Amino acid sequence: MTAVKEKLMRYVFMLTATVSIAAVLLICFFIFSNSIPAIGEIGIINFLFGKIWDPDLGLYGILPMIVGSIYVTAGAITVGVPIGLMSAVFMAFYCPAVLYRPLKSAIELLAGIPSVVYGFFGLVVIVPVIQKIFGTSGKGVLTASLMLGMMILPTVINISESALRSVPGSYYEGALALGATHERSIFKAVIPAARSGILAGVILGVGRAIGETMAVILIAGNQTVIPESILSGVRTMTAHIVMEMGYAQDLHREALIATAAVLFVFILIINLCFSAVKSGTSRESRKKKTERNAGNGGAVNER
Amino acid sequence: MKGNAQSRGVNYVSFRQKLSNYRKHKVSFAVMSAVYICMAITLLSVIVLIVYILAKGIPNLKPSLFSPVYTEENVSMLPAIFNTLIMTAMSLGLAVPIGIFTAIYLVEYASKGNKLVKIIRITAETLSGIPSIVYGLFGYLFFNLALRFDYSLLGGALTLSIMILPVMIRTTEEALLAVPDSYREGAFGLGAGRLRTVFKIVLPSAVNGIFAGVVLSMGRIIGETAALIYTSGTATNIPKNVMGSGRTLSVHLYVLMNEGLHIKEAYATAVVILGFVLLLNFFSSRIAKKLKS
Repeated sequence: MTAVKEKLMRYVFMLTATVSIAAVLLICFFIFSNSIPAIGEIGIINFLFGKIWDPDLGLYGILPMIVGSIYVTAGAITVGVPIGLMSAVFMAFYCPAVLYRPLKSAIELLAGIPSVVYGFFGLVVIVPVIQKIFGTSGKGVLTASLMLGMMILPTVINISESALRSVPGSYYEGALALGATHERSIFKAVIPAARSGILAGVILGVGRAIGETMAVILIAGNQTVIPESILSGVRTMTAHIVMEMGYAQDLHREALIATAAVLFVFILIINLCFSAVKSGTSRESRKKKTERNAGNGGAVNER
Repeated sequence: MKGNAQSRGVNYVSFRQKLSNYRKHKVSFAVMSAVYICMAITLLSVIVLIVYILAKGIPNLKPSLFSPVYTEENVSMLPAIFNTLIMTAMSLGLAVPIGIFTAIYLVEYASKGNKLVKIIRITAETLSGIPSIVYGLFGYLFFNLALRFDYSLLGGALTLSIMILPVMIRTTEEALLAVPDSYREGAFGLGAGRLRTVFKIVLPSAVNGIFAGVVLSMGRIIGETAALIYTSGTATNIPKNVMGSGRTLSVHLYVLMNEGLHIKEAYATAVVILGFVLLLNFFSSRIAKKLKS
């Protein structure tokens, strides 16, 4: 009896484990099978590189949206990565022990706030400020970049911090012993050693920024043209789908699904980069370990 | 400042010494200032966001916003709160068992170097990277159209349960891995089978870690908008059953802002969402403390 139960449950566990595989396959199938006919009809060149999106005229070019997503993501990285990295340095090397827990939970809170609340905050706070300073509508690349930069902070901080912490203490101590200041030791010895971990954090941040929808849609302006300056309105691929899916028909609808497919491909590429960098880090840390062991007189031989 | 005397090691540097050091190294001083300024910006953005929304929103929390029915004149959020709770319960009901069982398979059953394990890991990682709007579109195409669910709470819950699955798998896996092997060996030694060991020994010891995953997932469900607009739809009241359409709080907030007619009510809704998030954060930090001790 128990033997049967054991065997049965083993298969139950295995079956549930395949749910995530099935989910990925289904998502790929439904997104791509609904978009390939549309791309075929529009023509892949016209679709990806067409500058005009006008469903009434039968023009389905999503280049403005692709460029928009890239601009906004680049802006988010420019804003978020320096601040995030510096904050991670603070958390790892400057933070007084008493402050560490409260600061850490503040960063966790920043990660837990829903994107629609961020969008709301951007709409009622950042947009009016930009409006006042530059005298434009306030919605545009700059606003979206600031908002997204803020949203990717927790991702960048957490991953960079753990990358900085995983660098052996001897790097820092060695630099200090050679007469470098605290700052010089961190920025010239520890950060270069942690750079692939930091890069992984940046890539995850890129993934988050490019996939962000609700915050961007409220503050980016959503014009379907390639933005001319950082103050002009922009529409990202994600916002594009949400805005038009509600009323789109036939080819228009399929073109939107095809936009999602393009976005999906972007994300898959980002994922690939992430796992490549991550496997690089684990190899590097293994190398570091062997170096350290060699320094100890090669007592442990890892091969 | 207790215990400062003990912590003063040979490398202790007084504040004055630090200051004179920085006078000699101007670049280091600049870098140090930059680090402090950046941390201040991070902290300030959290504080400003939360204080601003609370300060502007709490005065707008009127009792009429919590009436059981949504009407054109009174955009009550109580139906949305109920829908959020129903959505959370359904999504967790689906994703938590699947996530836990997957993690059990990965940690307790699968042998090392198993091909299936590798594929499951890759797919779980892929799932966690997919943007919510792609989930929303998939849910719309698969549940709403192909399976003819139409706009329904069930369609939304199924979509969300796929979305939170990787979170559940990862946290449960970590929790299971943290259980010492001696527990398992002890149970085996007493003659328990693998199944009994898993359910009576390993899972109870990992329950805090699993709970942390549940709290994390709840946060994602409550905050999700893009995946729900085209799956569970934007109907304003509580549906009769799970096949009806209903909006959650986050969708409610989005629609209110998009219409632009009820900005005060939007503030109030943002406060309620933020309240949920703060509550969940409080729980998760409590769990984290428990896990450490």
